[in-house]
Amino acid sequence: MSRLLIKHARVIDPSQRLDEGLDILVVDGRVARLAERIEERDAQLIDAAGLVAAPGFIDVHVHLREPGFEYKETVATGAAAALAGGFTAVCCMPNTSPVNDTAAVTEFIRARAAEAGKARVYPIGAVSKGLAGEELAEMGEMVRAGAVAVSDDGRPVANGYLMRRAMEYSLLFGIPVVDHCEDTALAAGGVMHEGAVATRLGLKGIPAAAEDVMVARDVILAELTGARVHIAHVSTRQALDCVRQAKARGLQVSCEATPHHLALSDAAVAETSFDTNVKMNPPLRSAEHVQALLDGVLDGTVDCLATDHAPHHADEKALEFDLAPFGVIGLETAIPVTYDLLVRRHRLPLSRFVALWSTNPARLFSLPGGTLKVGSVADITLLDTEARLTVNPERFLSKARNTPFAGQRLRGWPAVAILGGEVAWRRERR
Amino acid sequence: MSVAASRLRGKDLVGIDPLTPGEIQLILDTADEMAKIAERPIKKVPALRGKTVVNLFLEPSTRTRFSFEVAEKRLSADSLSFSSSGTSVEKGETLLDTARNLEAMQPDFIVIRHRHAGAPHQLAKVLKASVVNAGDGAHEHPTQALLDAMTIRRRRGRLEGLVVAIVGDLQHSRVVRSNVMLLHRMGATVRVAGPPSLVPVGMEALGCEVYHRMEDAIAGADVVMMLRIQLERQGKMNFPTVREYYDFFALTPERLRLAKRDCLVMHPGPMNRGVEIDSRVADGPQSVILEQVTNGVAVRMAVLYLLAGGNGEPTAD
Repeated sequence: MSRLLIKHARVIDPSQRLDEGLDILVVDGRVARLAERIEERDAQLIDAAGLVAAPGFIDVHVHLREPGFEYKETVATGAAAALAGGFTAVCCMPNTSPVNDTAAVTEFIRARAAEAGKARVYPIGAVSKGLAGEELAEMGEMVRAGAVAVSDDGRPVANGYLMRRAMEYSLLFGIPVVDHCEDTALAAGGVMHEGAVATRLGLKGIPAAAEDVMVARDVILAELTGARVHIAHVSTRQALDCVRQAKARGLQVSCEATPHHLALSDAAVAETSFDTNVKMNPPLRSAEHVQALLDGVLDGTVDCLATDHAPHHADEKALEFDLAPFGVIGLETAIPVTYDLLVRRHRLPLSRFVALWSTNPARLFSLPGGTLKVGSVADITLLDTEARLTVNPERFLSKARNTPFAGQRLRGWPAVAILGGEVAWRRERR
Repeated sequence: MSVAASRLRGKDLVGIDPLTPGEIQLILDTADEMAKIAERPIKKVPALRGKTVVNLFLEPSTRTRFSFEVAEKRLSADSLSFSSSGTSVEKGETLLDTARNLEAMQPDFIVIRHRHAGAPHQLAKVLKASVVNAGDGAHEHPTQALLDAMTIRRRRGRLEGLVVAIVGDLQHSRVVRSNVMLLHRMGATVRVAGPPSLVPVGMEALGCEVYHRMEDAIAGADVVMMLRIQLERQGKMNFPTVREYYDFFALTPERLRLAKRDCLVMHPGPMNRGVEIDSRVADGPQSVILEQVTNGVAVRMAVLYLLAGGNGEPTAD
């Protein structure tokens, strides 16, 4: 029997409304006991004095690029980056090549993740075959193979009829339908948020309305179908209002916010003088929307945080702003960026922070973890809320370096990631 | 009235946006001096002797490229021009590759025209050479705005207090952005007008008043500047037809009468006669369109000269 004893941690587990100094005993990969003082002779010891112990953080929105784009990232490097960012589980989007629209690809990704032995990887299957937005992919087969949700992320499900049918069909499996909400006709080839900054820079804008109208449609379809609908990377005031109203009406609509949409605004495109590492979709919004998103996190409209980790090769980003691909990585910066912003600066209670990164995503996507209840899987993140470090992309375990946060000094970093009762990653002392 | 700066702060001229009023005035004052060179029998000074200028025109352009080439020759620089309508990526290389290849030839200046906004800025960050923006996408065209300002100033003696109306496709125009920023910074009142479907969001934040009806914008104006309708950049959803555009937004003799009697008529060229401007106006007594072209050479000489570190009398050697 393998035993792990975590001593002197401040245990924060929103699933049990727990926030107190406790020891945690893990036996055979499961939480065995939580108590003020546990003595255990044959256990591996971790002194967590000064650290927060939380149920392992979960990122429900990453792109691992395998199969097909291994030069950007692989399941193994992405899962390693996840652990180094404090995440014990991630959900990966299906826009690979081939697209994850069959059980075979779902199985392949799971096999790759098992070989890597890093963070747990839960594939998200495609809504439509080939992400083409025309025919439903084999949702049931993919769910059977381990898919936890469906999405055409990277693009919206533009066809309202297809979306309606996908939502209805998802009821058979009780999985959420995740939508990248964008009316591409309205987005019209834009490359940043439409507003005064884009106008000054002469860049084509993506109006907030492109997101708003699609979120509104999805909420209406959620009501029609009764499906679980999760809005990916919500970034606008009106989209949030729409989700807020949906919740008030009792619909099963949830949404996520990314660290970059919370921490940065469209001003960054001007400030960095067209740095393509601030180009992503949805784009960084104006201050008004950033404030609305922050309010949405603080008032609970935003259910969870997620990175939309989108690795690209440096050569792909070293292009004109118009031509560089959308997307930034986030796994290895998400926790300090959001801790520093939400907990330290905006006084979000730490238990809410843990809920946003663990309890809620586990519940929304019906994943193991998200709790430290006795008997649950021992995926645990130890967080050093006092650590103050500078983001150094050279040290990333991800293959990619396309972060907008390079050089930022941030407080609140993951210290140890425990996966099924084993220490899977530990921050090196420098 | 601002006081002219003694020199430019940056190594590059990527736009009007980074310039102070003092720097703008310095360039305009220097350009006035440079204009005198063209009046001499030998139109050449040795100010940039031994300096290499690469004119990198990655978007079709004739007059701006020629204007830079003339300016470079009058300053005795060694210049070479490269024209292509492709982007880096179409050639399979990155913008960074392009930059490094150019740098390897050790030029002192890179004058760049690029289809995409921000390309000169991205290059300027990594190159040791001085980068001069000769137009980037729908972003900036700083030497155009400077030559426009020079033309107005030479005719009216000042910029401050003037009312300048700019009319046309505001969405796709780099000329309007640079002009609004420059004229606003120098104390002019700038009005812009165009079909509402071609007015970018937040335009007024650049320092202008936005009108939809052209007549309202040009009423009582000291200067009317017409923008080229970039027919090749229009989708079919921005305005109905060229015919209807002429009905509502062309500068005709009748409309020009709404402006001040001595109002200047300007156009950055090339003109679409009969689309945004009526030939009777383009060729009429109030038109300074060809002066703009002449002044373009002087402004570009001034910019290159100042970026090379010049600050004294350009004609002395």
